Amino acid sequence: MFRQTDRHFKFDWVTIILFLILVVFGWMNILSASHTGTTINYLDISQPYGKQLMFIGLTLLLIIFILSIDAKFYERFSSLIFIVSMLSLVGLFLFGKNVNGATSWYGIGGMTIQPSEFAKAATALAAAKYISDLNTDIRTFKDQIRTFIIIIIPAFLILLQNDAGSTLVYASFFFVLYREGLPKIYLTLALALVAISILALKFGPIITSVFAILFIVTNYFIQKKKPVVLQPILTALACIVIAFGIKFFYQNILQPHQQDRISLWLRLEKDPQKVAEMRRDILYNLYESEKAISSGGFSGRGFLEGTRTTGKFVPEQHTDYIFSTVGEEWGFLGSMFVVIIFVLLMLRVLKLAELQKSQFSRVYGYSVASILFFHFMINIGMVMGLIPTIGIPLPFFSYGGSGLWGFTILLFIFIKLDSNRINEW
Amino acid sequence: MRQLLLFISIIFVGILFIARLFFLQVYQDNSNNLYEDNAIRKVFDYPKRGFVYDRNGKLLVSNQPSYDVMVIPREVKALDTLEFCSLLKIDKEQFIKTYNKAYKYSPRLPYVFLPQLSKEDYAVLQEKMRKFEGFYIQKRSLRNYETTIGANVLGDIGEVNQRIMNKNPYYKMGDLIGMQGIEASYEKTLRGVKGIKFIQKDRFNRNIGPYKKGKFDTLPESGKDIKTTIDATLQAYGEILMTNKRGGIIAIEPSTGEILSMVAAPTYNPNLLVGRERSKNFNKLIRDSIAKPLFNRSIQGVYEPGSPFKLMNALVALQEGVISTDEKVTCYAGYKYGNRFMKCHCRSGTRNDMVHGIQESCNAYFATVYRRILDKPENASLGINIWSDHVKSFGLGNFLNNDLYVGQKGRIPNRDYYKGIYPKTFYSTYTISNAIGQGEVATTPIQLANMIAAIANRGYYFTPHIIKEIKDETLDPNFTIPKYTTIDKQHFEPVIEGMLSVYKHGTASHLQVPGIDICGKTGTVENFVKMDSTRVQLTDHSIFVAFAPKNDPKIAIAVFVENGYWGGRFAGRIASLMIEKYIKGEVTRTDLENWILSHSLEDEYAKPYSGEPFKINGETKLQVIPIEEANKLRTKLNKLEI
Repeated sequence: MFRQTDRHFKFDWVTIILFLILVVFGWMNILSASHTGTTINYLDISQPYGKQLMFIGLTLLLIIFILSIDAKFYERFSSLIFIVSMLSLVGLFLFGKNVNGATSWYGIGGMTIQPSEFAKAATALAAAKYISDLNTDIRTFKDQIRTFIIIIIPAFLILLQNDAGSTLVYASFFFVLYREGLPKIYLTLALALVAISILALKFGPIITSVFAILFIVTNYFIQKKKPVVLQPILTALACIVIAFGIKFFYQNILQPHQQDRISLWLRLEKDPQKVAEMRRDILYNLYESEKAISSGGFSGRGFLEGTRTTGKFVPEQHTDYIFSTVGEEWGFLGSMFVVIIFVLLMLRVLKLAELQKSQFSRVYGYSVASILFFHFMINIGMVMGLIPTIGIPLPFFSYGGSGLWGFTILLFIFIKLDSNRINEW
Repeated sequence: MRQLLLFISIIFVGILFIARLFFLQVYQDNSNNLYEDNAIRKVFDYPKRGFVYDRNGKLLVSNQPSYDVMVIPREVKALDTLEFCSLLKIDKEQFIKTYNKAYKYSPRLPYVFLPQLSKEDYAVLQEKMRKFEGFYIQKRSLRNYETTIGANVLGDIGEVNQRIMNKNPYYKMGDLIGMQGIEASYEKTLRGVKGIKFIQKDRFNRNIGPYKKGKFDTLPESGKDIKTTIDATLQAYGEILMTNKRGGIIAIEPSTGEILSMVAAPTYNPNLLVGRERSKNFNKLIRDSIAKPLFNRSIQGVYEPGSPFKLMNALVALQEGVISTDEKVTCYAGYKYGNRFMKCHCRSGTRNDMVHGIQESCNAYFATVYRRILDKPENASLGINIWSDHVKSFGLGNFLNNDLYVGQKGRIPNRDYYKGIYPKTFYSTYTISNAIGQGEVATTPIQLANMIAAIANRGYYFTPHIIKEIKDETLDPNFTIPKYTTIDKQHFEPVIEGMLSVYKHGTASHLQVPGIDICGKTGTVENFVKMDSTRVQLTDHSIFVAFAPKNDPKIAIAVFVENGYWGGRFAGRIASLMIEKYIKGEVTRTDLENWILSHSLEDEYAKPYSGEPFKINGETKLQVIPIEEANKLRTKLNKLEI
């Protein structure tokens, strides 16, 4: 009985406060980006800010619900939760609603629900469950493949819905697996793949191949303990195949708008007129969002004072481009504040994850930090023009009920698991 | 070690983002200036430009509405092009050309389709405008000159150019600004302050409402009317007298420094620079490099002053005590210095005191006086500096600092000026031409008029100005505080006595006006010009300065007529007529008036350009204009009387 009452205060309040700051500040920016007139009716459900306020209200109920369930529930039912979640993704192919080219939503009454937002938490639970199983050793190839399958199922289903951005988020599980003992060779391979892709696109596959071969040959002669000659030859061949394959993938498989995004990012197109055209067409959002952020200056224009925000210069500003509102109205100080809060939140979750005694909780916490990190990196990086345009929301900040609930569930299951740390032996 | 990968990644991305934010928001130049924010539309509300009146309250410049046909290409619907073109009096080709230009400028923004419709065209078009969607009429305000006089005084307004906009951010593309004359020098007073409305735009450039509920909007402040010191009748009279001549007349009220008239000849009708034909007419005027109608000779023309400058030397001599008023100087039909000789028209052996020296404009007398001034201190270098300071105290040799938009310094040399030519030795004879107002001294007509005003006031002047009254504003103290010369009051009487006898017995005796004591001085200035890089002498300039009446002066005047043979011939006549006209309101010396109206100098001006050999200085016959022409001018004159 004593333990029962005490438990309520064992939640990690630092995380909860950081969460609340982000939600409240996020809503203020949604208000800025979406209010239309001079009078603001906060409860106006027809406006995004009114709806979001309702979502936030429901989120609080959701939090209470998550925290009141026994911590063991999540571990025990993780497989079931995962299966239900995957079924909900499959169901989209039958009952899904197409919005902006992606079939990611269920329409229920006037509301829409995006199951992919919830699939992240489900996948994290399933992955944690599998990795923490006593019979699983991530260092073995068999278990690596099985873990990959758990992660690739949702990623593949989401890719089929034409939501490439959300698919990419599942790459964040790499951090989790690496932490749990995935061999270093995967990290090397991942970095090599990224390097070869960029080089092949930028300088062409032939130069990249020559460069890769030179690198491998040098490496071979430097090494004291020489491996069999076949190994470097195979590696070189793989590099060449990848280099040409990437080029082929870029030219023949990617859609034109995706090509343009990458082309602009890597500055592949040299014809200035064509670049200007591409900018106008596909980078319009980015151009306007950079301009809005830039116009904020050091201290910003002030809450509800942003002229580019009020004028709706940035399309989708209340969803994926919400950070540009922060930039314009709160300036360098406000934007830096948001970045720092996010970094603190992720580091806090990371630290708590490392403190977990059960491997399940640790893997899950690590997944939470990694997923948040990917969203944070891709979204803000995109809004500021550091990476190609990839449309995923900023956690807790962007408008949208599914997104908010998905991240809330993700985070608060971990807070619940963390509060139960003391009971784990 | 494996724990660190995510940790380091998070820290790295956080720092990267903050660096990028710093670059975008702090390092990159971006201003929060509302005026430069292209998300905010600025709509200006132009106030009424102030009216300009003459000193007696006669309206000189007002405003007139003008109508521009505007187009927003996107909103244009199919229309009867033929009817529209005939209403606008343009052809279809022009219609298509302008429309395409407008479309290229922006399909969404208004563009001036046809500027400045006449009132008649507007009346017809307005009825049918609703038939042409996408087109509308925008009212603008233009200047309306109620008279044809004073183009050089009143000036004109024109659209601002890039240079003006860079210098003064108040002005935006398409704004009007005073370009010359009063319009330019009282631009701020006349224009008022335009109002501004900030309107929030969306990304399609549509207006979505006032920015911040109009918190930063301002109302226009209308321009103030101004009363100038110009006497419209006198100005018109002067302009008629100067017809067919080149030069300037400046008349000043000595007791206030107010400019009564400022005639520059040749002149033009100020209405030429209004409306659709403005740029065409302006080009015509500015390209006339011979008559230079836009060159205001009365304030910009720098000439050697000639004999009127002798008055200055007389005053300095008395102040310095180098001559008494009674002392007589013998003239040997000239003045011999060293082995050179300066001619004079006195009979050899004439003995002149000061009054007679001025009356007869004796060169020998003033050469003597000038040398004594310079030689009074131990050396002439000191002497010329003392002389120069005295002369400059009359406002010569420097800008008058008045409210005229243009001006010239003129030139009163001192020792430094001569350093280049005479680096070591310097004697008073070197600069002896200054004694008779030639050589290195140079003045503008307005400076000469001001000098005469200072003499008329016996020792002080008010900076000549053109503004008489601005409602609710006090005048610049620069115009109301007297400026004292370095000459004591008592020294003026002998000089004025001499000027009076110029009229009574001297070089202007044929110009007397019954009932008015005029004090004057003639001047004939040798005129050398460079033509095809050879020095050529042309017919002398005619100069006359005067003030009247002798006691209680009401007008001080300087008249300058280019190539007018000699002082009394053109300038003297004009000065007398102007004085009589101003003081009496009518002219009794109609003989002088007829002579001036019927004589022209146009042939004289054409001489150097004719390509044929020509003679100068009275060796040719004076040009008399046909009687009908003269009668036309006469009719114009008579109209003034009413």
